[in-house]
Amino acid sequence: MEDYELRATRRAYGDALVDIGGDEKIVVLSADLTNSTCTHAFSELFPRRFFQCGVAEQNMVGMAVGLALSGKIPFVSTFSAFIPNRALDQIRVSVCYNKANVKLASTHAGLTVGEDGATHQALEDIAIMRALPNMTVIVPCDFEETKKAVKQAASFKGPVYIRLGRSKLPVFTKSHTPFHIGKAELFWKGKDATVIACGIMVYQALLAAEELSKEGINIDVLNCHTIKPLDEHKILHSVKKTGCVVTAEEHQINGGLGGAIAELLSEHHPVPLKRIGVEDSFGESGKADELMKKYGLTAHDIVKAVKKVIKKKF
Amino acid sequence: MDRDTLVKKLKKKANIIRKDILKMIFKANSGHPAGALGMADVFSVLYFHEMEHEPRNPYWIDRDRLVLSNGHICPVRYSAMARSGYFHPHELKTLRRLGSRLQGHPSYVDLPAVESSSGSLGQGLSIAVGMALAAKLDKKDYKVYCVMSDGELDEGSSWEAINAAHKFGLDNLIVIVDRNFIQISGETEGIWPLEPLDKKFEAHNWNVLKSSGHDFNELLEVFETANNSDKPVVIIAKTVPGKGVSFMEGRFEWHGRPPNKEELKQALLELKNGGSQK
Repeated sequence: MEDYELRATRRAYGDALVDIGGDEKIVVLSADLTNSTCTHAFSELFPRRFFQCGVAEQNMVGMAVGLALSGKIPFVSTFSAFIPNRALDQIRVSVCYNKANVKLASTHAGLTVGEDGATHQALEDIAIMRALPNMTVIVPCDFEETKKAVKQAASFKGPVYIRLGRSKLPVFTKSHTPFHIGKAELFWKGKDATVIACGIMVYQALLAAEELSKEGINIDVLNCHTIKPLDEHKILHSVKKTGCVVTAEEHQINGGLGGAIAELLSEHHPVPLKRIGVEDSFGESGKADELMKKYGLTAHDIVKAVKKVIKKKF
Repeated sequence: MDRDTLVKKLKKKANIIRKDILKMIFKANSGHPAGALGMADVFSVLYFHEMEHEPRNPYWIDRDRLVLSNGHICPVRYSAMARSGYFHPHELKTLRRLGSRLQGHPSYVDLPAVESSSGSLGQGLSIAVGMALAAKLDKKDYKVYCVMSDGELDEGSSWEAINAAHKFGLDNLIVIVDRNFIQISGETEGIWPLEPLDKKFEAHNWNVLKSSGHDFNELLEVFETANNSDKPVVIIAKTVPGKGVSFMEGRFEWHGRPPNKEELKQALLELKNGGSQK
């Protein structure tokens, strides 16, 4: 793979908010973490439509609902450790049951928060959010895709959760790479196995695909950025061709992308499956790349898993 | 309309609302009569005098908004809505039935004129704050009312919202606390003491008004004062749970149980004679 520029998805969130900020309906709410969530540029350009809500996430989400029910398009910004968890009841009843047009953008998801350790490494948020009726769940894979996700979320009617990261990542998609909420994209084509990934694991899956191709193993890599609703058609199409699957996410293996794929396949097309993710444990302090290695979330881990599921094929 | 005629009208409406509440909850064989009966007078004032609204045009952009945070007393709202023309009173008997727009706790998607779903306590005031903020952004004059229970002031999120209303300078927000001193397990002061409630609101930089929740003259005056507040304002309305029905008044046991046939008959008879005057 070529050398790509490194940029964090949370920066793309901030940039996209500025790009769409001219729309009077867009309002941004922050729970103290304005710089960290990259909403400061919006706050300076559009101060009337930026609301500093303090360390009070439950009220922030409720306020966003009131704004949404009055015709605004609120973007609620904080860490994934606090949204959904701290405001889950508000998200369930006030956002989802109302079908309120609220966009929940949380940054610093997953292990790559690094040194802050387990309390700040949200690893359950995808599972929680995808269990909620009326919620759309998006996990963009890089800076460029995040900008598209934020802009599409703004024009999408209904609750959306966008999961973003702290660390810099390779920007490997282009402005013309297709992105549509609810549609998975085939990023690498093969016939031997399907790797379905989201977020920062998409790049790792591509590294794995390159590595495997040197050994004559060719895989499909699906960028499954929308975990709910799942692009069942494209996933089943690939899996019926390859007959085995590896999922990869920076999240618990239970209930997230891997859980969603396992549910889909066990009902419609059971095949050998290996889920890559954190295996029912908390994270810990460390450098992002050290943690990804320790918890088995690297291209190398995907390569091993692919070989394993191929051997198990019916 | 002079004051006496107005009070007479509002009293009559409140009496109709109380009868509706009892019949609805009896028919559904579940629901929360005490809180709903206790707030019938306040809802009469809100729907038939205080709020600017157009029942035949529920989406009127300049309407006053009313968020009912303690969703479990919704029969009082459903009745006030039906009696002011949002829908036919026949529909009231569908409360809590399969397929009904009148869900056990209000559902915005089913019945948008309720402004927001509610049921889990401690959420409504934040939503009202967001609505009042939207009015400021859009330079609209509409007011946002939020009815909440005293029990839900146990929730920390209520106090987050109380802080937020001050921070954002929401002089277009009027909160009515249904101060009936009961919650589901007993008396509020035993379960989770709230007093001195007025001082707590004052400390959060709110204007605080106190009123009986049943004296119409006092209610009309207190709303008039609230309308001219330069800050977020709370009306602590002292109410009697189960008001109007002698054997329900002041008894937390009626928080969440429906009357049986005999009890309904007696309650309606009392209301026919103007309601309990205890």
